[in-house]
Amino acid sequence: MTAASSKTLLDPLFESNPIALQVLGICSALAVTTKLETALVMCLAVISVLALSNVSISLLRNFIPGNVRIIVQLTIIASLVIMTDQVLKAYIYEISKQLSVFVGLIITNCIIMGRAEAYAMQNGPLDSLLDGLGNGLGYSAILMATAFLRELLAQGTVFGAVVLPKVHDGGWYNPNGLLGISAGAFFIIGLFIWALRSWKTDQVEPEG
Amino acid sequence: MEQYLNLAIKAIFVENLALAFFLGMCSFLACSKRVNTALGLGAAVIFVQTVTVPINNLIYNRLLSDGAMAWISPGLADYDLSFLGFLCYIGTIAAMVQIVEMTLDRYAPALYAALGVFLPLIAVNCAILGGSLLMVERTYTFGESVVFGFGSGIGWALAIIALASIRERLQYSNIPLGLRGLGMTFVLSGLMAIGFMAFGGIQL
Repeated sequence: MTAASSKTLLDPLFESNPIALQVLGICSALAVTTKLETALVMCLAVISVLALSNVSISLLRNFIPGNVRIIVQLTIIASLVIMTDQVLKAYIYEISKQLSVFVGLIITNCIIMGRAEAYAMQNGPLDSLLDGLGNGLGYSAILMATAFLRELLAQGTVFGAVVLPKVHDGGWYNPNGLLGISAGAFFIIGLFIWALRSWKTDQVEPEG
Repeated sequence: MEQYLNLAIKAIFVENLALAFFLGMCSFLACSKRVNTALGLGAAVIFVQTVTVPINNLIYNRLLSDGAMAWISPGLADYDLSFLGFLCYIGTIAAMVQIVEMTLDRYAPALYAALGVFLPLIAVNCAILGGSLLMVERTYTFGESVVFGFGSGIGWALAIIALASIRERLQYSNIPLGLRGLGMTFVLSGLMAIGFMAFGGIQL
């Protein structure tokens, strides 16, 4: 792999993370992170839709007229999401029920539209595939970390296996209910951004 | 009547799209720097949401759901097109946003100029698609979907205007460098979400 293509793949992990820096795709990041299991399924769904949509839009980029491109992109993305949804419903029905509307919302997940607009419309299919995978991974990194903390601290489990036995069940751990509710997700991601920006100080927002 | 009022209260406060379901977060965080833009975006969302949720309700109940097309001819009663849902909803939303944009441009140029770039952006705002998907999941009737669309739009607008007002005040506070901007906005939204939890369980 050349330096340029590995940069395309790895940059979105920390240097230009879609959630922490580009402010893309936050809705689902907050909503599906109460449990690691749902977060993992969501990440896989987003990575596959993102990579496939980037490739197909990049292949078609010279045939899409500029003034109707949004609707064309939306149609491509919506078809890919319908496929993903059908696969999830067929093979892991229980989890797809828990994800409820959020699988459908991948259509309007701004990471996918954003990368199609900003990258796939100008670059070849191979680069676009890498860009899609990289941004998918950057998204997943934040999602999995948030889900890990939320599940561990709010329920004392990791992937459903008990790690911190709760007082309630005769153990010693007093669960932190705050992280289980919606507000907890906001706090954790806010703190992640703080940590990331203290490490990569060039991402700090200018005053104003 | 009471049931509609109840649904509206629930959609505005208890199940606030932005703070309880995390929908429309991208524009919620990105467009809340100033109260004026927040007002414009909020108004646009209320408008589009009130129009699209009932229309998608009709599409689902009359064309897509299992056996819904029986009213056209009995031979079509066996079809279940619900897997086409996503494509139809997003198509309706994009088309409605376009129509609203053209109508406003023709008949209310002042409002059109005020909303500016936010109108087209609404097509990809997940609060709008989320509203339609929740409506389908909860099998609302047509009347309920009108109330739900309007209520959830109001709730979202309320949340973004409140956040923008807080952020305008924050300009004078001394926030740690790394937390400035996006990070602080997340923490703020978390606090607001806790505030909105106080409405939980309210029923008329």
